[in-house]
Amino acid sequence: MTTRTDTTVATAEAGSSGFLGRSARRWWMLAGGLVVALALPWFVYPPVAMDIAAWALFAVALDLLLGYAGLLSFGHAAFWGASAYVAGLTALHWGLPFPLAVLLGAVFAMLLALPIGLLSVRSSGIYFAMVTLAFAQMIFFIANQWRDLTHGENGVQGVPTSFFGVGPVETDSFWFYYAALPIIILGMWFAWRVVHSPFGRVLVATRDNPDRARALGYNVERYRVTVFVLSAGLAGLAGGVFAISHGFVSLQEVAWQTSGKVVLITVLGGIGTLWGAIVGAVVIVLLEDQLASSGFEGIGIITGSVFIIVVLLFRRGVWGTLQMLLARRTGRTREGSSRVDEDGDAAIGAADGEQGSR
Amino acid sequence: MNEILQYTVQGLAAGSFYALAALGLAVIFGVLGVVNFAHGACYMLGAVTSAVLLDLVGLNFWLALLVVPVLMFVFGVLLERLLVRHLIALDPLYNFLLTFGLSLLLVDLVKRRYGVSGLPYTRPEILSGVIDVGGVRLPTYQVFVFLFSLLVCALVWLVMTRTRVGMIVRASTEKADLTRALGVDVNRWVTPVFGFGIALAGLAGVLAAPFRAITADMGSSFIIILFAVVVIGGLGSIVGAVVAGFLVGLVEAFGQAYAPTLSQIVIFVLMAVVILIRPSGLFGREENA
Repeated sequence: MTTRTDTTVATAEAGSSGFLGRSARRWWMLAGGLVVALALPWFVYPPVAMDIAAWALFAVALDLLLGYAGLLSFGHAAFWGASAYVAGLTALHWGLPFPLAVLLGAVFAMLLALPIGLLSVRSSGIYFAMVTLAFAQMIFFIANQWRDLTHGENGVQGVPTSFFGVGPVETDSFWFYYAALPIIILGMWFAWRVVHSPFGRVLVATRDNPDRARALGYNVERYRVTVFVLSAGLAGLAGGVFAISHGFVSLQEVAWQTSGKVVLITVLGGIGTLWGAIVGAVVIVLLEDQLASSGFEGIGIITGSVFIIVVLLFRRGVWGTLQMLLARRTGRTREGSSRVDEDGDAAIGAADGEQGSR
Repeated sequence: MNEILQYTVQGLAAGSFYALAALGLAVIFGVLGVVNFAHGACYMLGAVTSAVLLDLVGLNFWLALLVVPVLMFVFGVLLERLLVRHLIALDPLYNFLLTFGLSLLLVDLVKRRYGVSGLPYTRPEILSGVIDVGGVRLPTYQVFVFLFSLLVCALVWLVMTRTRVGMIVRASTEKADLTRALGVDVNRWVTPVFGFGIALAGLAGVLAAPFRAITADMGSSFIIILFAVVVIGGLGSIVGAVVAGFLVGLVEAFGQAYAPTLSQIVIFVLMAVVILIRPSGLFGREENA
């Protein structure tokens, strides 16, 4: 059902392997990305830089599920938010150093994702989106009602940034960014490892043709639950860092609008391209920051319009479009997509993907 | 006993909103394969339009029940022509995302125009107060909402089972490709059916106007519960939408009465149980799951 959504990925990825060697180019991109990540708080207000990094990892986590397993979770705020609460509360009440608090949050998110995943993967496509949304809403109501713990609408306030007694990190958002960045990068590296592992290959197969994957002896549901839990864990890492950096956890973190925002970021960047998720986060977080600081109140008008425009005219997203243009320039368009076939990747809907982008 | 009857009426009234809107969602999904995320925003627009027209031209509630759905129908037709149509051939997820963006846009536009505090709406004199049914006093408006929506659902059911349009809608819900293969021009009905589904959401909004707080955000929680309704009833099942709508209304009312803190969660627990037993919903077919 979701084949058409995702095959742009494989097409573009294979197409871009043209000039420079595939791995050489990848190393250059990684190096470039790292430099940008390290330089970011010099050019952007550090808390905003931290927001960009956290949302980028969140979007990468979602894209692991949407782009590579073909499952659109519309309830990922549940994991981002649940981890935010756990990280915030453990840092506040137990005084845990923030990397440990964030880790606890991520583990909690994964535990939460297991039953939700087991129930949700019984459906797919649009149904999956609605079911995950409903479960996330359940988490929202629990967070809202459990006032003793979460303080309902007031949120958990005054979360300290404890970092093994290192003063500058605990007080200065600039240094906090550098202390938290390794967590984000580790999360992204993990997502990249998953995508480029045999597990990731099977995942793509279950996305493109679940029946065939099943016939080959793969337990499709188990793969889906596994990737769901992994994705929730990464979303949890991001949510924990986000909460600690703000020193505050609010109900907003588990609200469905947050789930929608991360989907927007992923789609804007380009579904099925991990780099795209990062680009999308940069664009949306900076845009929202600009709008908020200029006193504009109808952020939904802008983000809603961006959503409509991207979905109507720009379905590959920013990164997907860049990849396509690059692939075209290096003269590997259609040949590229047939090459994917040999890899066992998405070949079935490749033509649809091409079509869909215009 | 008395209490139970009161909660039942309260639940059926709340369920009326869900049933009407879910019915609209179901016909749209049936013919277009689109899950309309903007349905909650359309419900909100129905209520807001009623309040604004009452304020501007003194349009009373009874006329609003007629005029607002017609306006919403036109709005739905425009939406289908301008936006939704272009994505029909693609994965349904794209339409889901499109309508999600649309709902963000609509909610914030209304918020900027009319603020975040509720718009006022006076309920018609005849519907305020209570009626006495064999010694049990029931709020008139709740009884009216239930009976009215039951009437609308019955009418829709008649259209679905007795007319050619209904036959086509049902056939394309069942097997769109086969319906096309038999020479039925399904495309002709796509636009009006979409408009009709939006009109039903708008109608639910009009009914809510004298009853609930009219705010830009009133559709935001509504759409989520609506999705739970649709999942419980079975995606694309018209009967399922109505039955599950009333069921969820009842669950909500009794939940509020006996376990106020858990009332919202109970709905989603119910949904989880249904998925566990029947992934395609109570009245759904396997292939839609």
